[in-house]
Amino acid sequence: MSSTAKQTLAIIDYGMGNLHSVAKAIEHVAPEVRVLVTDQQQVVRDADRVILPGVGAMRDCMAEIRRLGVDDWVREAVAEKPLLGICVGMQALMDHSEENDGVDGIKLLPSVVRRFAGDLKGEQGERLKVPHMGWNEVFKTQDHPLWHGITPGERFYFVHSYYVEAQGNGDMAGRCHYGVELAAAVARDNLFAVQFHPEKSHHAGLKLLKNFTRWQGA
Amino acid sequence: MALAKRIIPCLDVDKGRVVKGVNFVEIRDAGDPVEIARKYNEQGADEITFLDITASHESRDTTYDTVERMASQVFIPLTVGGGVRNVSHIRNLLNAGADKVGINTAAVYDPDFVGEAAARFGSQCIVVAIDAKRVSAPGEPERYEIFTHGGRKPTGLDAVQWARKMTDYGAGEILLTSMDRDGTRSGFDLGLTRAISDAVPVPVIASGGVGTLQHLVEGVVEGGADAVLAASIFHFGQFTVPEAKAFMHAQGIVVR
Repeated sequence: MSSTAKQTLAIIDYGMGNLHSVAKAIEHVAPEVRVLVTDQQQVVRDADRVILPGVGAMRDCMAEIRRLGVDDWVREAVAEKPLLGICVGMQALMDHSEENDGVDGIKLLPSVVRRFAGDLKGEQGERLKVPHMGWNEVFKTQDHPLWHGITPGERFYFVHSYYVEAQGNGDMAGRCHYGVELAAAVARDNLFAVQFHPEKSHHAGLKLLKNFTRWQGA
Repeated sequence: MALAKRIIPCLDVDKGRVVKGVNFVEIRDAGDPVEIARKYNEQGADEITFLDITASHESRDTTYDTVERMASQVFIPLTVGGGVRNVSHIRNLLNAGADKVGINTAAVYDPDFVGEAAARFGSQCIVVAIDAKRVSAPGEPERYEIFTHGGRKPTGLDAVQWARKMTDYGAGEILLTSMDRDGTRSGFDLGLTRAISDAVPVPVIASGGVGTLQHLVEGVVEGGADAVLAASIFHFGQFTVPEAKAFMHAQGIVVR
């Protein structure tokens, strides 16, 4: 690739969710980046960076990921370039999820994805609703280029009923509290993944996406 | 600290323009939906709700187009409702850039539609909108009934039981509007809000009747709402979103 060629970012389209928002947010913060929403492995191979999004039920997401072979694309991609997982796209990278009576993930990271308890309580004993829906505080637990310019405690938009455990999680990059301590972000080598929706988190989320478009990976 | 209570400006859109009626009938023009959504995004609104109140065959394409333009410029969650009747409406709205879709009348006619939608797209993007009216006489135990078609048609369904049923079917959030209060600026129906909020495990957005910032506080503190929705106090410049947040914060409510 010549030095004047546009950097490309592939958003993997495996039929789950609203990819328009992620694409528009990237185009907004990094107009110099060519954003490709794709269901083709070659496009993912050729891209400089990759995003694995995901909404909906884990079983449906994993079924499509396996059917299209996206699990292999993801493994191949993280070996050589930055990859950002978002929401269920983060959960899918884990070993296993409790959702839908148990679903295996891509197993790039060893965590288990758990459901929020039905009797979840806040710090003042107040009842907490599930899904965890809305703007909550995120604190980084390790320095990472994707946190650049983001203040600890900044709020991001979450919407999820399952979460990646914080306890004993050696890959955790950011934490959030909602009845339990949960991993708001994880990082390992070329992989960074967030439970919240950066594309819907206004300034803080856009900053994180911009940081991703500049990140060279580990 | 905790999850912030959300402030949600609501755009009632008729033939591509933001309007606001009193008790769902009289209508005033408040402008271009994309421009207005951008303004609220800049002001720090936590979400935007877009209701297509025409919800006709012709207005649907206008709505997809407006949602798409809005989603290209507004990077906060966007809920779109009004006349959502089948899975292809939902898919089109989500593809246009909506994050959540509100289902109202269609849920009443076919509750399984909510189940089907939640199974296909995930509960997190299925909001069931409930329009309720008080049907108990003063002094009687409070009872609320569901109305459809913009509040014109009674259904005989009890609002609290209905809300529970909808979450059992997979609704991820309830948008609760008091038909008695909508457009009156006399405050939320707090009895209704509290009854529904206590009855369901999912977040509840209180709607209908906001005229002052104190009303927003009451919706959260007395009504138990997770989010408060308002239209005219913001559209006509009476208050800005930051003013609303500062007021709620001063009353001890966690806001963004």
